[in-house]
Amino acid sequence: MLAKRIIPCLDVHAGKVVKGVNFIDITEVGDPVACAMEYDRQRADEIVFLDITATHEGRATMRDVVRETARNVFVPLTVGGGIRTTDDFRDMLRAGADKISVNSAAVYRPALIGEAAGKFGSQCVVLAIDGKKSGEVTDADDPRFGMARYNVYTEGGRKDSGIDVVEWARRGERLGAGEILLTSMDTDGTKSGFDLGMLNAVCGAVSIPVIASGGGGDLPSFAELFEKTPADAALAASVFHYGTYTVDDIKAACRARGIAVR
Amino acid sequence: MIAVIDYDAGNIFSVKNALDHLGFESVQACRPDDVVKADKLILPGVGAFPDAMRSLRERGLADAIVREAKRKPLLGICLGAQLLFEKGYEFAETDGLGLIPGYVDAIVAPGMKIPHMGWNSVRVTNPSPLTKTVHDGDMLYFVHSYKAVTDERYISLASEYGQPLPALVRGGADGQIYGAQFHPEKSGSVGLGILRGFAEL
Repeated sequence: MLAKRIIPCLDVHAGKVVKGVNFIDITEVGDPVACAMEYDRQRADEIVFLDITATHEGRATMRDVVRETARNVFVPLTVGGGIRTTDDFRDMLRAGADKISVNSAAVYRPALIGEAAGKFGSQCVVLAIDGKKSGEVTDADDPRFGMARYNVYTEGGRKDSGIDVVEWARRGERLGAGEILLTSMDTDGTKSGFDLGMLNAVCGAVSIPVIASGGGGDLPSFAELFEKTPADAALAASVFHYGTYTVDDIKAACRARGIAVR
Repeated sequence: MIAVIDYDAGNIFSVKNALDHLGFESVQACRPDDVVKADKLILPGVGAFPDAMRSLRERGLADAIVREAKRKPLLGICLGAQLLFEKGYEFAETDGLGLIPGYVDAIVAPGMKIPHMGWNSVRVTNPSPLTKTVHDGDMLYFVHSYKAVTDERYISLASEYGQPLPALVRGGADGQIYGAQFHPEKSGSVGLGILRGFAEL
């Protein structure tokens, strides 16, 4: 039985772990390698590093963090933030990352997805999408007419691209993405539960795995996600970062409701 | 010394990291010579079957592996495990290394997501030195869209994803040829136990 994955995310700025709340107000704590090792001990199924520096210097620091983590942690590692070219992919893969997530750069130049998938395989290309509710679908020919519409945001949630999230996910899959990491900007940092509506819309449109992000708060919110959507994994940062729950706590809560976890 | 075969088809660093962590020395092997000198061979791999076989042949590694696998343990990982079989049907029919009877074909699992990606449980069907520390129900990390089709006697660990899925296969005259469809180097302590079992053969 394939397990639902619980994935802690570490936001890294200049080599240090920070956690943003609703994509703004950043508070700093911790050494990323030590944090990753702790999450591994808690049975994290994967670990995601998000480089929020995204400068040349930041990139070099991030490479060192990935290299050091890969020597000590033996679960899949994903790295994202400021990845723009297949050379960026190669750099991080050589440092020990297993998957690379792309966000804004893929919106600006969708061909990046196919280039990376062709060079390194779809399995390592994660399309990260930041979505925000934006009215309703107004196209009368669209089967989702009248339902909620979500727009893709870029630049760490600062810029509305005007692109429909569901369309973009579908296109990402066609271009060669191996997985979708879907963050709801409406629920991110609120701990009010995942954005089940947006997740169901995207899960219904693609056949690749979808990682849900944004809003994971109390223990039942994770079980609820897996009961009410076909999402394959849940990603969260603050609940783990501030020690509210361990990865194991969340898995125990899921297991108690009959959800397969490792 | 364990040679991790580097033929431009995958992340050999993760495998080396895991071996370092376990305290086993390994070298990166790019040439047939390196394969001859090693005591044990690991063949990693991600990507497509035909490209990987072409890459192994172009470097003279395919012949060296087939020859050396008669006298030293070999562990294929992921695509590397698939290459051990006689044929692959990814894009086009392609000859594999032919070290274990069987072929490699697409996973057909209606209503389920492809690739088969994530942690899945395994059952020990034929115990082997690599499965000493594995228990029924233990989970390993998989990422693949193709699977081996082979006789049950070659399957040491079995998994399931809409259909039966060989997880660890074993062949060769003295049972020293192994293929792990999962990533032992990314499967936490259970995976490291399997890798240790191989390194200690």
